[in-house]
Amino acid sequence: MMRAATLQIGQTLLVLLLAPALTGLVRKIKSRLQQRRGPSLLQPYRDLWKLVHKEAVVAENASWLFRVVPYLIFAATWTAASLVPSFATGLPFSTAADLLAIVALLGSARFFLALAGLDVGTSFGGIGSSREVMIASLAEPALIIVAFTLALIAGSTQLSVIAAFMTSGEVGLRVSLGLALVALVIVAIAENARIPVDNPATHLELTMVHEAMVLEYSGRHLAVIDAASSLKLLLYVSLIAAVFVPWGLATPESAPSQYAIGIAGYVAKVAVAGALLAVFETTIAKMRVFRVPEFLGASLMLALLGALLMFVTRSL
Amino acid sequence: MAALGYDVAHLLAGGMVLVSFMLLYQDRMGALLNVFALHATVLALSVAWQAYVQDAPHLYVTAFIALGLKAILIPSALRRIVQRLDIHREVETTVGIGMTMLVGVALVALSIVLMLKVTVGVDPLGRQDLAFALAVLLLGLLMMVTRRNAVSQVVGFMSLENGLILAASGARGMPLVVEISIAFSVLIAFIVIGLFLFRIRERFDSVDVTTLHAFRGDRT
Repeated sequence: MMRAATLQIGQTLLVLLLAPALTGLVRKIKSRLQQRRGPSLLQPYRDLWKLVHKEAVVAENASWLFRVVPYLIFAATWTAASLVPSFATGLPFSTAADLLAIVALLGSARFFLALAGLDVGTSFGGIGSSREVMIASLAEPALIIVAFTLALIAGSTQLSVIAAFMTSGEVGLRVSLGLALVALVIVAIAENARIPVDNPATHLELTMVHEAMVLEYSGRHLAVIDAASSLKLLLYVSLIAAVFVPWGLATPESAPSQYAIGIAGYVAKVAVAGALLAVFETTIAKMRVFRVPEFLGASLMLALLGALLMFVTRSL
Repeated sequence: MAALGYDVAHLLAGGMVLVSFMLLYQDRMGALLNVFALHATVLALSVAWQAYVQDAPHLYVTAFIALGLKAILIPSALRRIVQRLDIHREVETTVGIGMTMLVGVALVALSIVLMLKVTVGVDPLGRQDLAFALAVLLLGLLMMVTRRNAVSQVVGFMSLENGLILAASGARGMPLVVEISIAFSVLIAFIVIGLFLFRIRERFDSVDVTTLHAFRGDRT
């Protein structure tokens, strides 16, 4: 009991501490690929520290919602991130919420962010919110269908059960899993405002989405929102790692040394994912906003196809 | 071993359905022809795997015909036609790609539901093969319906025919003679269509088949 609680708290803190490092790593590798030196890996932590100590400027006509939303987003994203198995399966919280609950937590975070974008009444915030909702209306169904496909394969929507099933070798070769992986990666790119859909490193550009919504935030509010964005990126990386590369995850019965392996493996997986993301972002150009529905539509279609193909399986 | 045999067959047949969707998604001629070559290659692999699983050597011949004829010969011939007609960039669709995709998914769902109902009691290998083959066939038809360019209609027709071969490879006992004659009739159809394309082009300066509508009997 004691051990389980320690592990759960450990995982919750681990994702919180690791998230800015992943953002820093992606920025660093991207800079290197563009022949720049780039900021150090610790720069995101320093940014957060600086922002926390700055005064928060709030627009005059902002409602109470504007002040509350950053904390709501952070709470929802942090909870969701600590529910995804990172280094061990079968943690006490993982039975409390499944993949659908994680999707719902992320969905509510996005809903509040879109409201906050509209709250102040600036045109940029409005554009950002409307685009975010357009992207979400395609990305979220795709994510849910991917969840259904995984549930059909593993017989459960619990991420711990899915991860355990994937390691068991009963999976075999399945075209649905490949389709689900591609769909999930596209959704992750879109949801985290990465390059073909949105540029995370830009301000004051007519194509931006996420940055347009948070343009009015400053000080500690911005710090909390930035931390939540980093957490969300880490969450998607953990989710993909837990479902598609679950090797090295510790189980409830395993020895303490197994946990050390689990943590080392997790950090390695996150680093590899960060490097892949950086390379992908460097090789591809930003898409026009009107092309985004096509890109996400492909993801939705792949997810749907994967779920359909699941119905023609061995077990029938 | 049986499980692995099933899984690989499922993977390849599912891959064919996926490549059919890629065909529907393309909006450039060159890319369309490349994807079509991929479609035929996956078909050849799938048929070869069926030959291995069912221990039916004559299916290797079918796989070889599919590879040589449809993955290499016909795409390169089509590429030459596209070059000579100078229509690299034009693939005019009648409805939007998103809509086509949705209809396509609905067709796949339909064929899976239908085939699972109809083929109760058949062994699972043939069952999934038939379901996917029907899906590929319907997607080929959809492609012929939604494209206005004659070359992409030819590609739709050929992918439809790939679906037929997939169905035939899953159903045991199709004689080799039938397969070879089908392969050659497709080749002849291709030659006829090729000639036809040049005739359309000569007469209307375009391979957009809507220009033909005015010459149909029922003018509205």
